[in-house]
Amino acid sequence: MVPELGQFALALAFVIALTQGILPLAGATTGNPAWMRVARPAAHGQLVFVAIAFGLLTYAFVSNDFTVEYVANNSNPRLPLGYRIAGVWGGHEGSLLLWVLILSLWMAAVTIFSRGLPDEMLARALGVMGLIAAGFLAFMLFTSNPFGRLFPAPPDGRDLNPLLQDPGMVLHPPMLYMGYVGFSVAFALAIAALASGRLDAAWARWSRPWTTVAWAFLTLGNALGSWWAYYELGWGGWWFWDPVENSSFMPWLLGTALIHSLAVTEKRGTFRNWTVLLAIVTFSFSLLGTFLVRSGVLTSVHAFASDPARGVFILAFLAVVVGGSLALYAWRAPNIRQRGGGFSLLSRESLLLTNNVLLATATGTVLLGTLYPLALEVLGLGKVSVGSPYFDTVFVPLVAPALFLIGVGPIARWKNASLPELAVRLRWALAVSLASALALPFALGRWSPAAGFGVALAAWIVATSVVSVRDRLRHEKSVTDVPRAFWGLVLAHVGVAALVAGITLVKGYEAQKEVRMDPGDTVELGGYVFRFDGVAGVAGPNYMAERATLLVTRNGKAVTTLQPSKRRYLSREKPMTEAAIDSGFTRDLYATLGDRLESGTWIVRVQVKPFVGWIWGGALLMALGGLLAASDRRYRIAVRSIRPEAQAEGGRGPAAAPAGAAQAAVSLKGGIEHG
Amino acid sequence: MAKTILLAALLLLGVSAWAKVAAPAAADPLLEQHVMAIAGELRCLVCQNQTVAESDSDLAKDLRDQVREKLKAGQSDREIIDYMIARYGDFVLWRPPFKSTTLLLWLGPGLLLIVGLVALFRRLSNARDAAETELSAAERARAARLLELRGETEET
Repeated sequence: MVPELGQFALALAFVIALTQGILPLAGATTGNPAWMRVARPAAHGQLVFVAIAFGLLTYAFVSNDFTVEYVANNSNPRLPLGYRIAGVWGGHEGSLLLWVLILSLWMAAVTIFSRGLPDEMLARALGVMGLIAAGFLAFMLFTSNPFGRLFPAPPDGRDLNPLLQDPGMVLHPPMLYMGYVGFSVAFALAIAALASGRLDAAWARWSRPWTTVAWAFLTLGNALGSWWAYYELGWGGWWFWDPVENSSFMPWLLGTALIHSLAVTEKRGTFRNWTVLLAIVTFSFSLLGTFLVRSGVLTSVHAFASDPARGVFILAFLAVVVGGSLALYAWRAPNIRQRGGGFSLLSRESLLLTNNVLLATATGTVLLGTLYPLALEVLGLGKVSVGSPYFDTVFVPLVAPALFLIGVGPIARWKNASLPELAVRLRWALAVSLASALALPFALGRWSPAAGFGVALAAWIVATSVVSVRDRLRHEKSVTDVPRAFWGLVLAHVGVAALVAGITLVKGYEAQKEVRMDPGDTVELGGYVFRFDGVAGVAGPNYMAERATLLVTRNGKAVTTLQPSKRRYLSREKPMTEAAIDSGFTRDLYATLGDRLESGTWIVRVQVKPFVGWIWGGALLMALGGLLAASDRRYRIAVRSIRPEAQAEGGRGPAAAPAGAAQAAVSLKGGIEHG
Repeated sequence: MAKTILLAALLLLGVSAWAKVAAPAAADPLLEQHVMAIAGELRCLVCQNQTVAESDSDLAKDLRDQVREKLKAGQSDREIIDYMIARYGDFVLWRPPFKSTTLLLWLGPGLLLIVGLVALFRRLSNARDAAETELSAAERARAARLLELRGETEET
């Protein structure tokens, strides 16, 4: 009975989503305020019913209800409670339910935090989001029902994929989806702006905090995924250019571009065409990622669900959403007059545009590499593999200039920057980065061009950030006057520097040894001595493990004890490798247990990974920077101050005061002039 | 004699008699490094998106053994890669070979960048030409008229 209630809740949510998608949009077009007002309560109702469905599925997992096929496939009574709950999103159907739940949460957030939005804009944005929700709910109801029954019920569940039984995997999908789905707000606002013809600085200002928050979540989601791969897959790698990783990396790259281009559109009124296109394309890539992962087109270490029949539905949905929004863009964009101040070849605008071109090209490259093998196969031109050797070769040259620009952009003036002035302000930053590029690799043992280059870029970003903070403090009366948005920018950029430093140093200086060990044997690596103290059998809740103990010392002093193990889950054939990691600020010690030889000797692999933690630490800083910037008070105050303009243009509310006339005229001139 | 016993006792105190420095899993670590470098470019054909270097599968072990044997026999990296392509096709390479069907894959990023930069440059030149656009008197009047009009309809 309970699962049927869940399905019923989903069906109700679908009907509400359709209503939310149709009435407010129609109301905004025909000017029917009653229809427009449907949007807000509909969004709330949808959240309630989707949450009920989600809660009931969770209940089915917790109560081991194996009459539900999805539960039987992804859970097991011996699975610890925490993983039974996380199992809700451990498979295809549940992931979609999580997707829709998060979309409902974003919609509810829009109703709460967008009180300053004109009714028409809000109705349109929520309408667009309702249509997206309806599409996903239909997908679930018609092809991927999480509440499908299984009779007779199996006595035991098949268990959650052991790779997913991990705290990192519990958090990774929700974070990732918060990001993916969060871009739907920017998308909905872009469509609403295109439809209403209000594509102006106010639109950019509304979009900015939403985009930045979504981007911060996506940053965290990608970082968690990479961290999970690092310690769970047991090879010590942290990025594989796996198609599934790429699927969530592409929206991140575009989202990064969007954040920067929104900044220009808001501050200077330019790039509108490009910014609105970017908002559409960014969310389209989120959908594309969902399609690639969920349709089973790609099969990889991260994708655990595939069913070709579903692919057709998502592909059709993708075509409708992307095609429809691009058609709207093509229809409306030519009417957008590029207004806003002119700017010179060297200015903050031009630097940010260049950054956009580089990020877009990088995204295109990842897309090309991800889809190329599929395309060749479909066309019958043979099978190729595109992996890290390819991506490393083509991606680095595209990203390096973008990293260099991070240092210049925030320092350059809007409109017109002068090269001599920039050179003066940046000369010591340049000196610092060159000096560290020469000195630091030597301090770590050996100099190589790659290490020098990476260190130079990281130091460049840090040094230029210091310059921009110093200049900023000089211009403001007190530290508290400096807006949060600025600190967010600095924090995020320093995060990029930490990430670059981490990648450079771990690639340049990691060391590993694979040895045969008997109890008492030692192996030395990077100044650490690992002593093997034997292997013991350990029983877990749903697995048996063989666990080795390695005592690590440095200069005779105990550092840590590592216990890598091999787990054999009761539900699976193949043993899983569980790495043991001692994380530190300057290095990680990473140990994995290999096979047991006939003589009773064990193969053990030990690795020292310098600064690898900086990769995820940097991502964390970037996300924090994003959240800090999004919490800037101007987004709260600004909404009210731009309201008169919005209303004057929208034709509602009191007539604009004379002071507002010029402002409105500017909007007119720059906005869409479509009659 | 007493000194010798003391020395032996001290040695025994420090480490157990049977403890030793672990032997590398591979007979020749340098050779193994070379094997792994090549294996990192090869796809493990029975795995999902893994390299031959990373995988624990039997096929990957077998391919690593083959690479090792060929290196010992004095073959070059190129010869070994060519052998793998001959045997398994281009699919085995994580770095696709440059040929007619992969032309777009290898040149695509460069083309994208050039197109992007050309578009950017044209846009920048336009932006520079367009001086700060001021509203003309006619436009101002039109805007004011519109505002007035809307204000009136609103009041009625």
